[in-house]
Amino acid sequence: MSGILVLAEHEGGKFRKGAYELLGKAKELAATLGTSVSAVVLGDAPCTELGAFGAAKVYQVEADFSQYNTLQIVRALHAAVQAADPDVLLISGNYIGKDAAPRLVARLGTGQGSDCTELRVEGGAVVGRRPMYAGKLLADVKISKRPAVFTLRPNSFPQPTPAAGGAEVVKIALAADASDGRVTLVERITSQVKTANLTEAERIVAGGRALKSLEGFDTVIRPLAASIGAAAGATRAASDAGYTSHDEQIGQTGKIVNPQLYIAAGISGAIQHLAGMRTSKVIVAINKDPDAPIFEFATYGIVGDLFEVCPLLQKEFEALAKAG
Amino acid sequence: MKVGVCIKSTPDADTRLKVAAGATGIETAGIKWVISDYEKGALEVGVSLKEKLGGECVLYSVGSGDTEKNLRDGLALGGDRAVMVDDAATKGTDALGIAKALAAAIKLDGLDIVLCGRQATDDENSQVPAMVAELLGWPHISFVGAFAIDGTDFVASRNMGGATEKVRGALPVVVTTEDTIATPRYVKLPEIMKAKSKKLEKKNLAALGLSAEAIAPAATFSAYSPPPSRPAGRKLAGDAAAQAKELVRLLREEAKVI
Ligand SMILES: Cc1cc2nc3c(=O)[nH]c(=O)nc-3n(C[C@H](O)[C@H](O)[C@H](O)COP(=O)(O)OP(=O)(O)OC[C@H]3O[C@@H](n4cnc5c(N)ncnc54)[C@H](O)[C@@H]3O)c2cc1C
Repeated sequence: MSGILVLAEHEGGKFRKGAYELLGKAKELAATLGTSVSAVVLGDAPCTELGAFGAAKVYQVEADFSQYNTLQIVRALHAAVQAADPDVLLISGNYIGKDAAPRLVARLGTGQGSDCTELRVEGGAVVGRRPMYAGKLLADVKISKRPAVFTLRPNSFPQPTPAAGGAEVVKIALAADASDGRVTLVERITSQVKTANLTEAERIVAGGRALKSLEGFDTVIRPLAASIGAAAGATRAASDAGYTSHDEQIGQTGKIVNPQLYIAAGISGAIQHLAGMRTSKVIVAINKDPDAPIFEFATYGIVGDLFEVCPLLQKEFEALAKAG
Repeated sequence: MKVGVCIKSTPDADTRLKVAAGATGIETAGIKWVISDYEKGALEVGVSLKEKLGGECVLYSVGSGDTEKNLRDGLALGGDRAVMVDDAATKGTDALGIAKALAAAIKLDGLDIVLCGRQATDDENSQVPAMVAELLGWPHISFVGAFAIDGTDFVASRNMGGATEKVRGALPVVVTTEDTIATPRYVKLPEIMKAKSKKLEKKNLAALGLSAEAIAPAATFSAYSPPPSRPAGRKLAGDAAAQAKELVRLLREEAKVI
C-alpha cells in the first residue's frame, strides 16, 4: 500500500482543529502525488465524518485512550502504520508529536522532520520546510525511508472545507500490554486559560517585564487588548514574575502565535520571545529604549513610555469601535 | 543512583548566524559553542540527585562544535565523568543515529536515569531523548518541570500545553527537562581546576558496537536560508497622543489589520 496517513486527534470524540488542518494539507499533497489519504483515530470518534475531508480509509484503533499514555499511543500508531503501510505519516507538532512521534520513528527505523511549517512535493516525495535556531533560519528536511514522518507546527495550514463523501472504517483491536502500566497518572491539572484563544488569535497585545506588576498588566495590557478584541500575551519575564499565568507566555517555551496584529508593549525582543511571534503579519513595538531589539522586527515603532502610550492608544481604538 | 545527562553543544543563542556555502548548514567559523540552554537545567537536576542520593552523574555527548570543552564545563558544574562519542561518521547523521550512539554508550554504563533537555537550541528536533528511551526499552517522560525520586520510583510533572500531569513509575526512565526545572549553579574556580583531571573518555562507533552504516541518516537537511525579510519598519513621530493617532490610522489604512 502507499499514500499519506494522518493522525486525526480528537478530544472526547470531537476532532481537533489540527486534525482537519492536517487532512486538508494531506489531500492537497496526495492530489499532486496521485495517491490517497487515510487517517488513524485513537479510540471512539465519528470516523466516517473524516471522509468529507478527504480520508478514503480510517484506521480506528480500539482501546481505552482516556488517559494520555505514551507507550500505549506508540503501540497504537505502530499498529496503524503496519496496517496502512503509508509512504508519509503526518502528526500535529503538539505534545503527541513531540513526545510519541520520535519514539514511533525509532521503532520504525525511519526519520522525522519536526515542526514543519510547509510541506511540498518535490521529485515525487514530500519535503518539509521548518524553522530552526529560534526561527533565525529555515531549512528543508527530506526523509529517505518509509514512512517519512513529519510533525507540523499547529496553525500552519488553513482549515479545509468539507465535501461530500464518507470513509471506510478499518478497526484495529489493540490488546492491553504490560508496558501500559509502567507510567501511571497521579494528578492532572488543567489550565484555566483556553490556549486556543492565544494560538489562534488574529490579534494579540503582549506585555513584558516593564509592566512591573499584576496590577500593571491588568490595568494596561488587558483593557488595551479588550478594546480591539485581542488576546493578551506575555513574555517569560512577565509570567515568571507573576504578572500573568504561564499559559499566556509566548515564545520558544511558550505558545507559538501567528496573528495579523501583534502589539508588544515593554518587551525587549529576546530571541526566545521572537521565536514565538516573529511570523506575525504586523508587529507594533512600544518601548522607551529606541535601541531595543524588538524595533528591528516592528512594522511600526513607538518610542515612549507604555504607561502613557497604551491608555491613549486604547482611547483611539475605543473611539474607532464606537464610530463603527 | 547512577544518573546520565546528555549534553549538546550548540551556538550561543544570541549568535548572528550565516548560512554556509551550499546551504546545507551554518557557517561555523567564529561561533561560540555552549551547553544547549535546556540541558543546563537537566545537568543541575542530575548533579543534585547524585549529591542527595549518592552514586554517580555521568555526562554524554556526541561530538559537534566544542564538545570536549563543553563536557569539561559540565564536569566543572558537578558531573563526575564524561563519555564523548568521537567519530567522524557521526557528522551528518540524523536524530536516530545520534540516539543509537548515545543509547549504546549508556547501555555500557547501566544507568538508572537519563536526563536530556526538551529540545536543542539549534535544530529544535525534540527527537533524540524519546529515541534513546525506545532503543533502551525504557519509558520516557517529556517536558518535565519537576522531578523527584521516591524509593525505587520516580515522580515527574510534565507540561503538556493546556495541562500539567504528575506521573509516577519505576526506574529506569528517560526524562526531558524544561529549562525552568532548576537554576544552574555558578561554576567555582576550584571546580574548574578539578574538572581538568576528571575522566573524559572518547569512544568511536566501533567501541560502541556501531558502524557508519548503522547510523546512516534517513533525515537530511538542505536549502538553509534566513526567513523572508520583513518590510522595513518605521518609528512614528510626534508626542504620545500624535503617535497613538497615527498608529491607528496606519493600522487601518495602510496595514488594514483593524
Ligand atoms: C531557554 C530559554 C527559554 C526562554 N523562553 C522564553 C519564552 O518562551 N518566551 C519569552 O518571552 N522569553 C523566554 N526566555 C527569556 C528571554 O530570554 C528574555 O529574558 C525575556 O523574553 C525578556 O522579557 P521582557 O522583554 O519582558 O523583559 P526585558 O528583556 O527586561 O525587557 C523589558 C523591556 O521593557 C522596556 N521598558 C521598560 N520600562 C518601560 C516603559 N515604562 N515603557 C516602555 N518600555 C519600557 C525596556 O526598554 C526593555 O526593552 C527564555 C530564555 C531562555 C534562556
